Amino acid sequence: MIDRRTVAGSDGRVISIDHIVKTYVLGEVQVHALRGVSTEVHRGEFVAIMGASGSGKSTFMNILGCLDKPTKGTYVLEDIDVSKLSRDELAIIRNKKLGFVFQGFNLLSRTSALENVELPLLYCSMPNKERYDRAAEALTMVGLGDRREHYPNQLSGGQQQRVAIARALVNNPSIILADEPTGNLDSRTSVEVMGIFQELNSKGITIILVTHEPDIAQFARRHILFRDGRIKSDKTNATPKKAQEVIAEMPLIDEEEEA
Amino acid sequence: MKTLNILRSAFRALQRNKMRSFLTMLGIIIGVAAVIAMLAIGQGAEYSVEQQISALGTNVLIVLPGSQQTGGLRVGAGTMTNLTDDDAQAIQRECPAVGLVSPGTRAGGQVIAGNLNWATGIEGTGPDYLEIRKWSVEYGDFYTESDIKAAAKVCVLGKTVADNLFPDSSPVGQNIRIRNVPFKVVGVLSRKGQNAMGQDQDDVILAPYTTVTRRLTWFPYLRQILVSATTPSNIPVAQSQIADLLRMRHKIAVYDQDDFTIRNQADLATAATATTEILTILLASIASVSLLVGGIGIMNIMLVSVTERTREIGIRMSVGARGRDILMQFLIEALVLSLLGGTMGIILGVTGSSAISNLAKWPTIITAFSIILSFGFSIAIGIFFGFYPARKAAMLNPIEALRYE
Repeated sequence: MIDRRTVAGSDGRVISIDHIVKTYVLGEVQVHALRGVSTEVHRGEFVAIMGASGSGKSTFMNILGCLDKPTKGTYVLEDIDVSKLSRDELAIIRNKKLGFVFQGFNLLSRTSALENVELPLLYCSMPNKERYDRAAEALTMVGLGDRREHYPNQLSGGQQQRVAIARALVNNPSIILADEPTGNLDSRTSVEVMGIFQELNSKGITIILVTHEPDIAQFARRHILFRDGRIKSDKTNATPKKAQEVIAEMPLIDEEEEA
Repeated sequence: MKTLNILRSAFRALQRNKMRSFLTMLGIIIGVAAVIAMLAIGQGAEYSVEQQISALGTNVLIVLPGSQQTGGLRVGAGTMTNLTDDDAQAIQRECPAVGLVSPGTRAGGQVIAGNLNWATGIEGTGPDYLEIRKWSVEYGDFYTESDIKAAAKVCVLGKTVADNLFPDSSPVGQNIRIRNVPFKVVGVLSRKGQNAMGQDQDDVILAPYTTVTRRLTWFPYLRQILVSATTPSNIPVAQSQIADLLRMRHKIAVYDQDDFTIRNQADLATAATATTEILTILLASIASVSLLVGGIGIMNIMLVSVTERTREIGIRMSVGARGRDILMQFLIEALVLSLLGGTMGIILGVTGSSAISNLAKWPTIITAFSIILSFGFSIAIGIFFGFYPARKAAMLNPIEALRYE
């Protein structure tokens, strides 16, 4: 299932962003959230977007996620200029090409893990059997194959976030967008979740992560820093940390604290 | 999103708040049950009135002589002496929309049988009278055409008269004296009961009109001509044919008024049924107010539900639900509420109506129409009152919905 990769642009570009401006009008005041941002993301990248609050990174993420439209500029997602699409067309793009992971997990309560993962597939016509199989497979990929029928309140925070990742994966998206995915998790679980992202990335899935924690950004291979609505720096992280290794070291730290 | 999946998630959403869903439905349940019960009661009343009226024979026309006018004084309908046996025969002969004709006259008086006596009315009629009035003889026979031609002194007793004059024996073949004229009883009528005005229709003696004219009233004109139209829908045609014929026969100039009146019992029937119909409509509209209130209850709960589930709506939108998917989801939830409520209301209304029938002995009629009407009404209410909250949900901005706490 996950091997069926959606086609990126001919030169491997998944995202091309050209001079995007986003201005909010609050009464008579104009708030410039983004003041001309241009960048590109290629297939298979693992990008961390960083910046202080108010730097425009959330607005940028909303535009990347097709939840919001830029005031000016173009955003081409896999050869489609999504900056001109209607509300409904954007919903279809989100359904087919994007997967979201949020800070607060955003699972439907009183709905089983499996049904939460099935949710995106409900909005594209698919036989019930295939939908079930794909959701079960996505849960297995994040290591929750045995928790299908558990409700979110029966799962730990890390498990809930893994269900959310499975939900983001299930429709074979071009990109997974993760907005502070570790914000509500303890450090060990955070690293575990980053481990899942690294594993998915190693299978060729493009991941864009918003975080303000430098530790978390260390797991990504490219860092984009936002400040005052512009990209301040865009660097490659030549030596990303490996989540596996970090976890291997962690139990020692815990034992030291207890001792 | 497939309809079946939407339905499933609608049921699940309603199950999460069982008490709330039930209370919301209760508004619709009571409304629908009230509409059904009120329609059943109203239509029951309508039916019994119609029964009474059709017992009169609704395709009957009564031709009465006009009002006598002396100078400026008019003394009332039936006082003119211009309706003759020939008129009756001409109506029978020349009006194609007319079925049967019975010339009539009337006398009153004391009737004596053995040592019992009874004051009653004597109707002089033609041989077709019973058929026109949808009446029948219980014992014995009715008089015939030849009895009428011969002005034979025979009569048929109404049930009340028979009971009073012959409490213990069969009247058929016995002799009675009407105002001292001896008549032979040839038959007894079946019981017809009260008419719409509460008069006892069985307190009557029927005799050939020729006999009544010559032996009892000595009044050579007819008091009325009873006419039946070939079909109830032919009543207006028969009425105008008779009017044209009588105007011609009575040599009435174009601009002069009729010297006769034609009464149409269909008027009475329609007036009476119209009254009960108004009653039904009135009852049903009062009941439908409660249905409306139930609908507002649905809208209220759906609005609360949209607000409570703002985050869920945001999540659904972020994974690709379009506005119309969200709209359908909430609209179908409202519809499921109103349809379930409607179905339960129908069950309650039907059982309630039959309980009213059995306990209060009040006739109730449940028609397919009233069930379809109230079911359709509850669908309409679900859509109407569900649409606004559903639209509100569909118009939410996904970013704000996701951030909603």
